[in-house]
Amino acid sequence: MTEQTVGGDTDIPKRPPWYVRAWNAIKLLRETTVGMIGVAIVAFWLLVAMFAPLLTAYDPNATIAPFQKPFATVGENFFLLGTDHLGRDIWSRIAHGSRTVLFYAPLATLSAYIVGILMGVLAGYRRGWYDEILSRISDIILSFPVLVLYVIVIATFGASGTNIVIAITFASAPGIMRIVRGLVLDLRNRDYIAAAQTRGESPWRIMLVELLPNARGPLIVDACLRLGYVTITIGVLGFLGLGLPPPDPDWGGMINESRNMAQVFPHMVIFPCIAISSLVLGLNLIADGLREISLND
Amino acid sequence: MVVFIAKRLGYMVLTMLVVSILVFVMLEFSPGNVARKVLGPYATQEQLAIWLEANGYNNPLWERYITWLGNALTGDFGDSIIYKVPVNDVLWDRLGNTAILGLAVLVVMVPIALTLGVLAGMKEGSALDRTISITSIVTTSIPEFASTVFLAAIFVFGLGLLPGTSAMTSGFNLAELVLPVMALVLYDFGYVARMTRASMAEVMQTPYIRTAILKGLPYYRVIVKHALRNALIAPFTVIMLQINWLLSGVIVVEFFFAYKGFGALLLEASLRQDIYMIEACAMVAVFVAVGTQTLADIGYMFLNPRIRFS
Repeated sequence: MTEQTVGGDTDIPKRPPWYVRAWNAIKLLRETTVGMIGVAIVAFWLLVAMFAPLLTAYDPNATIAPFQKPFATVGENFFLLGTDHLGRDIWSRIAHGSRTVLFYAPLATLSAYIVGILMGVLAGYRRGWYDEILSRISDIILSFPVLVLYVIVIATFGASGTNIVIAITFASAPGIMRIVRGLVLDLRNRDYIAAAQTRGESPWRIMLVELLPNARGPLIVDACLRLGYVTITIGVLGFLGLGLPPPDPDWGGMINESRNMAQVFPHMVIFPCIAISSLVLGLNLIADGLREISLND
Repeated sequence: MVVFIAKRLGYMVLTMLVVSILVFVMLEFSPGNVARKVLGPYATQEQLAIWLEANGYNNPLWERYITWLGNALTGDFGDSIIYKVPVNDVLWDRLGNTAILGLAVLVVMVPIALTLGVLAGMKEGSALDRTISITSIVTTSIPEFASTVFLAAIFVFGLGLLPGTSAMTSGFNLAELVLPVMALVLYDFGYVARMTRASMAEVMQTPYIRTAILKGLPYYRVIVKHALRNALIAPFTVIMLQINWLLSGVIVVEFFFAYKGFGALLLEASLRQDIYMIEACAMVAVFVAVGTQTLADIGYMFLNPRIRFS
């Protein structure tokens, strides 16, 4: 920050701390009803995940009374959303399952972003062979149907949290790379990049400190959409029996386990479906709201 | 133009080669592993050794890959471990069933998505535009497995109108195709509609449309004769690329409805590690995916004179 203090710094307004800027960004979303609905839905699930043990009366893996319908009372036990075929409280499993989703989905998205951003700035800033090779690799990965890739890779290497994160990173990073590359190609001829080069800044510093922050707008919208898509992916893998190993609750896995009983006990599958759909909807609405705001500017 | 097509085709072959190498190395890197999966958990060490020798698994990896590639090119993918018959006997029937499903989805989805997209894009920011946009956000937020559950809950458990499985055990049955098609259309149409809307909105802002309106042409003529021709070029590519997504979608939907298609086969083969079947399925999937992308690129060039003549 020494550059800022060179020559009369009294006029330069102080940059507010990050939490103030984050709050201002959320306040901006208030302009769009759609975006606010999205924020509310996502905030609801974040709170549920945070306070899951306080909000539920039973252990998610405890077998209490099987095949109870919603609002059932068995002795002293009350089941808000009923129980599944093994007698586990569905609300407890959904609440605790939100922790799984809200841990792995952002983790996988973040990991994909780190790889994708590094690939993208490298290809866009360095051009030449870096660009050629990285773009070819991405084209090949992107041409493959994603779920086919996930199913084959995860079934072969085994279903675990780590493998799911790795597979999602592998399949999503090329898409992120393309966006970043496009943005960097647009930014790399700006004056401040030339200034940084003249100052003798290292290429990596230029890429990550000068270029990346200026490319953040479209990336934030994409991140919301991608987070929603990764949430769907984790759900799909659980649904296909390739999710996290039982017995710990996972929304997709809950649907898979109760699939055969859906005809008689629809509540066992419908509530996890509502949970995952609402979370994804919330993320997509935030993305839509952000896009609308960025268009208004 | 010939150069362009040749380039695209060459690129398609290259992609398939790379994918085939990756799949082969992933599944057949260790011969002992392959033998164990083919012969089952109760085979003795001696049996494994005999099998490895008899099937050429003692050769180096690249030699085995060349042999496999040669066989695959002549259409021989080996025998399925689960079904105990040649992969070809199972694969093509299943692929045909999925083609029926996919075709039905496109026939239903494309007109709906294009109509909604054009209506929304005609007047950007109108109430109709917002309604259609929000609807498509909501439907694309519901994953296929959730929409299958919701649809089944309404039409099978609730109203009892449609069958809940689509195994087609007693021959082809149109009623069993309805729910899988609905689930896939519901998830996919939103994206195509949004892309059409964006394309339409862009065209509506061009000077030539303004001229057409100002010279007093009836509004529907401006839309049908002037706007649509340019606005529908981009959605063509989107629809072709949608086939790639459909390949992912059919895995979920076929699994849920027990439809005997390619997606269910791929999933079963992967879960039970039917190595030769996985290899064949992966190659078919990448062929369909890259093939449609190549067609999309070539078709786009034919449709868009600005590219064709440059």
